[in-house]
Amino acid sequence: MFEMLLIEGLAIGACYGLFGVAVAIIYKTSDVVNFAQGEMGMMSTFVAYHIMTAYGWPFYIAFPATLIFAILLGMAIEFCFLRPAKEPTVLGLLILTLGAEMLLMGLAGWKWGAEQKDFPFLLSVHKTVEIFPGFALNEWTIGVFVLTTVVMVLLFLFFRYSKLGIAMRATQQNENAAKIMGIKVERVFSITWGMSSLIGALAAMFFAARSVLDPNFMMEPFMRAFAAAVLGGLTSIPGVVIGGLILGIIENFFGYAWPEWKPIVAFVVIILIITVRPSGLFSKHYVKKV
Amino acid sequence: MLSVKNIETWYDLIRALHGISFEIKQGDIVALLGSNGAGKTTTLKTIMRLLEDDQPEKGTIEFMGKRIDRMDTEEIVRLGISYVPEGREVFPELTVMENIQMGAYTRKDRQGIKDDIEGILKQFPILSERRNQQAGHLSGGEQQMLAIGRALMSRPKLLMLDEPSLGLSPLLTKEIFAIIQRINQEGVTILLVEQNVNMALKYSHYAFLMENGRIVRADKPEVLREDDDVKEFYLGIATETSAKGYKRYRRKVRFR
Repeated sequence: MFEMLLIEGLAIGACYGLFGVAVAIIYKTSDVVNFAQGEMGMMSTFVAYHIMTAYGWPFYIAFPATLIFAILLGMAIEFCFLRPAKEPTVLGLLILTLGAEMLLMGLAGWKWGAEQKDFPFLLSVHKTVEIFPGFALNEWTIGVFVLTTVVMVLLFLFFRYSKLGIAMRATQQNENAAKIMGIKVERVFSITWGMSSLIGALAAMFFAARSVLDPNFMMEPFMRAFAAAVLGGLTSIPGVVIGGLILGIIENFFGYAWPEWKPIVAFVVIILIITVRPSGLFSKHYVKKV
Repeated sequence: MLSVKNIETWYDLIRALHGISFEIKQGDIVALLGSNGAGKTTTLKTIMRLLEDDQPEKGTIEFMGKRIDRMDTEEIVRLGISYVPEGREVFPELTVMENIQMGAYTRKDRQGIKDDIEGILKQFPILSERRNQQAGHLSGGEQQMLAIGRALMSRPKLLMLDEPSLGLSPLLTKEIFAIIQRINQEGVTILLVEQNVNMALKYSHYAFLMENGRIVRADKPEVLREDDDVKEFYLGIATETSAKGYKRYRRKVRFR
């Protein structure tokens, strides 16, 4: 029982972590928590659903098409909502993302309706695979672990070695200096939002496969992922994933012991972390030297 | 090489530059001097197009015969102007190497970039020693060298430096100026903004003096050094006393 709870917790935690990474990437560049993140993922998942059910196309076409849609959606939201804001304050940007969230939720409700649907995902929670004798995991769990690992490795390589990745980090640290180097700062923002939306859509499809699909289904996962990101410190990507894993485990064990309190744990964790260590568990602090 | 004609720059309702014009000849070190708030940094930022999109409101800027006053910063860098901002502005959490690489962001020639990095590391041995350290952990002088090295990576024809001596000891200031001179001898034209008027006059070939958003003097450093206003206000060599023996603190600068 203990191992099952642990693995289950780690899997859902990895999913929170992945979604938290999407939040953290935007937070690092734009300095704003993107409250539309959940609904961006929800929208992308609905597009996948639509391609598979309305057009009857198979998953292996719907999946890449959805990822492309997610990238475009992220870029479009950055372009339409954040870029026109002139001399924005953080609070103003926050409100803008909230506006985007409501718009997306309304659009999804209008197009697909509020009733709950089953999301036909490639990997099922109910089918188990025996990895080695006596040790079986369900497909979904394996998928989450593989995906999270792959995304983390790719992100690490991208931010460490590619010119664009380094330029993105440079822009995060000093936008003005980045401009002076000839980096197209606006393009960097655009790519950041696209990337974040892509990762968010991947995680959202996993969430949808586990629960149901309706315009509200990303609300809770988003809040949990945000809690995970705060726990890990919002600025360090591995920190966010570790935060997600910790949150997943806590929540799963807590939920086993006192099921009725399960949804609240995440928020208690946020409050505790913010009071004890406001910058999160793993964030690196850099103080500017004059 | 660079010719600025009659530019006016506004910060909302405040006019920061009241129509200034000047010209920079290829191969010179040109100093832009003046007290705080005179508009020196604004001039550089206007040239780099780092201010609002609609600035400068009036006037033209030409670089190598091309108008650049409506270009994007990124295109201006590509044309061969490089800017070392006031206060270094290195990327604190990137390593020294990554900082230098970012300087070559607009370039595509891999081999050329590699050679230039080697060159920069040879020119600044301290950076070579610290190549894998985070730039934020360097000392002020090292950060200044990094900022200059980074700016050189785009192979500029014109290098603009904003207060390279800011916060550095006299000895380091000397070293930085020696580096600037060496860069100039390798064929890079230099536009230098300085508070340290003495040093700037020593190393430059030509100097402009700004006050309240206008250029009030433009001459060779030898001439400016002998100018009464410059002597009194900037070099601090007061000569004039009034009939009653008081020192007069403010004398009106005559606009040319």
